Amino acid sequence: MLRYFRKRLFLLIPVLLGVSLLVFVIVHLAPGDPALTLLGPNATQEELVELRTQLGLDKPLVLQYGLFLKNILKGNLGKSLLSGEPVLSELKQRTPITLRLAIWGTLFSILIGIPLGTLAALYQNTWIDNLCSFFALAGFSFPNFWLALMLMLMFSIYFPVLPSSGMGTWKHLILPVIVIGIQNMAIIARMTRSSMLEIIRQDYIRTAHAKGMPSRIILFRHIFSNALIPVITVIGLNFGNSLGGLVITETVFSIPGTGRLLVDAIRANDYPVVQGGVMFFALFVGLVNLSVDFIYAIVDPRIKSMYR
Amino acid sequence: MEQEKLIVRDKKQSQLQEIWRRFRRNKTALVGLAIVIFLFLVAFFAPLLAPMDPNKAFFKDKLQLPSSTYLLGTDNMGRDILSRIIFGSRISLYIGFIAVGIGGIGGTILGVFAGFYGGKLDNVIMRTMDILLAFPAIILAIAIVGVLGTSLGNLMIAVGISHMPRYARIVRSSTFAVRGQEFVDAARLVGAHDFQIIIENILPNCLAPIIVQSTLGVAQAILAVASMSFLGLGIQPPTAEWGAMLSAGRQYLRITPHLAIFPGLAIATVVLGLNLLGDGLRDALDPKLR
Repeated sequence: MLRYFRKRLFLLIPVLLGVSLLVFVIVHLAPGDPALTLLGPNATQEELVELRTQLGLDKPLVLQYGLFLKNILKGNLGKSLLSGEPVLSELKQRTPITLRLAIWGTLFSILIGIPLGTLAALYQNTWIDNLCSFFALAGFSFPNFWLALMLMLMFSIYFPVLPSSGMGTWKHLILPVIVIGIQNMAIIARMTRSSMLEIIRQDYIRTAHAKGMPSRIILFRHIFSNALIPVITVIGLNFGNSLGGLVITETVFSIPGTGRLLVDAIRANDYPVVQGGVMFFALFVGLVNLSVDFIYAIVDPRIKSMYR
Repeated sequence: MEQEKLIVRDKKQSQLQEIWRRFRRNKTALVGLAIVIFLFLVAFFAPLLAPMDPNKAFFKDKLQLPSSTYLLGTDNMGRDILSRIIFGSRISLYIGFIAVGIGGIGGTILGVFAGFYGGKLDNVIMRTMDILLAFPAIILAIAIVGVLGTSLGNLMIAVGISHMPRYARIVRSSTFAVRGQEFVDAARLVGAHDFQIIIENILPNCLAPIIVQSTLGVAQAILAVASMSFLGLGIQPPTAEWGAMLSAGRQYLRITPHLAIFPGLAIATVVLGLNLLGDGLRDALDPKLR
């Protein structure tokens, strides 16, 4: 088991290295000159040259990348060209907000998605199934920014019970969390349904029924424990997507999180922040996938036995 | 020889008929197909269907509610929303298909090579795909557009690249499943090149999952483009694009919410239709997956 964890942990390193290289290349191919952006169109040639030297922009790309990696390892992600603040401290400041949204969003999607999928599977081909499935598919198809606006319209403008922007109380969380979670909710519901349907038809479930075991116990002990394994993978895999949703949600609801930081940085060509922000999201997704794999290994005895 | 060809054609036909038979039984899939056909018709006949010029501004009529003159009202510049939505379908479809083309073709080529040759090449390609997968698709697309600049072409490239790993993964696993089978060995024995084997034996067997993923992919691409435009990183105004229309309408949410409601409904309907169609195709093409 430990061997498995170690192996998975090591596999994260090349991926993160690749991500850093990709981010670095992407940012340095940018047509906008960061020095020009920072100083504005009225800057003199001398000022530009000086700033480029100061930012290391005049060194060869390979050296810049080496410097970039070294700095990352030291926790130094550079300073924002716009605010002059260290990127790491900007990220640190905003991460708790983003994290809170992501966690609540995921919880929301699990708490609604799994019961919805279960209901659909237990009442397959009835109106309950159709309703649940349609609800799930609709959640999957609505553009999240549109849903955000519609929820705002409904609950902040027509029936002003919830705030439409900012952070602070739990009330501020409700609408963004729904927007972040709804797409994953749909995916989880669909996966739960199909996975449950597959398990329900298995012989051992029929056996359990035949020997007179109560349905409730069969559902929880035999069906759930097997049907939820693929659902866990789906939850993990789609966590990344919900992070993408965070970027939009934070922008729509004016929430000062990391997603908003990233969008603002791209609009302003603030490349240290873009680098840091994208790295942050990649690391985040990587860690989540890793923990999903760990949970997977714990729940699925087949993986456990492979590494005994 | 002639007869053999006939038999092959018959077999292909009956296969298609079988797929269509399975597809037809699925009512939601038919709804999806109807929505998608409707979208194509609207996009194709846009100049005939649109009651007005989508870019013509009637400033004195700005922010009008839906009426008999302007069926879905007008926007902040006095442009007819219905006409803009009708013309917007062209851009969405265009970008959706080109982006899926870029991602699908790129991903298929990479996936086939990785699966067919295996070994080091497989490792290099798939680890690169893993790196791309480490980003949420929209963030990768945002980063690419941030670098290349916001133009229609760049947007399609960005969305295409960000969706490429999914195709690569699917095609690789299908290739893996096919390459060890007897008919591939047989083709090699009679002297077929790798390239020939890939085109004639491997790819046709990967077609079903590629078709399904592409259909769902167009939906995802349309959503992605609309999201980017909404963030101001995609299609720029005054082009009639649904995401950009929504973004512009956002400021008027309090007074004239229809500016944001209708373009969003258009996106939701189209994406729903494509998803229904994709699901139906998956069930029809591969009954095992049900």
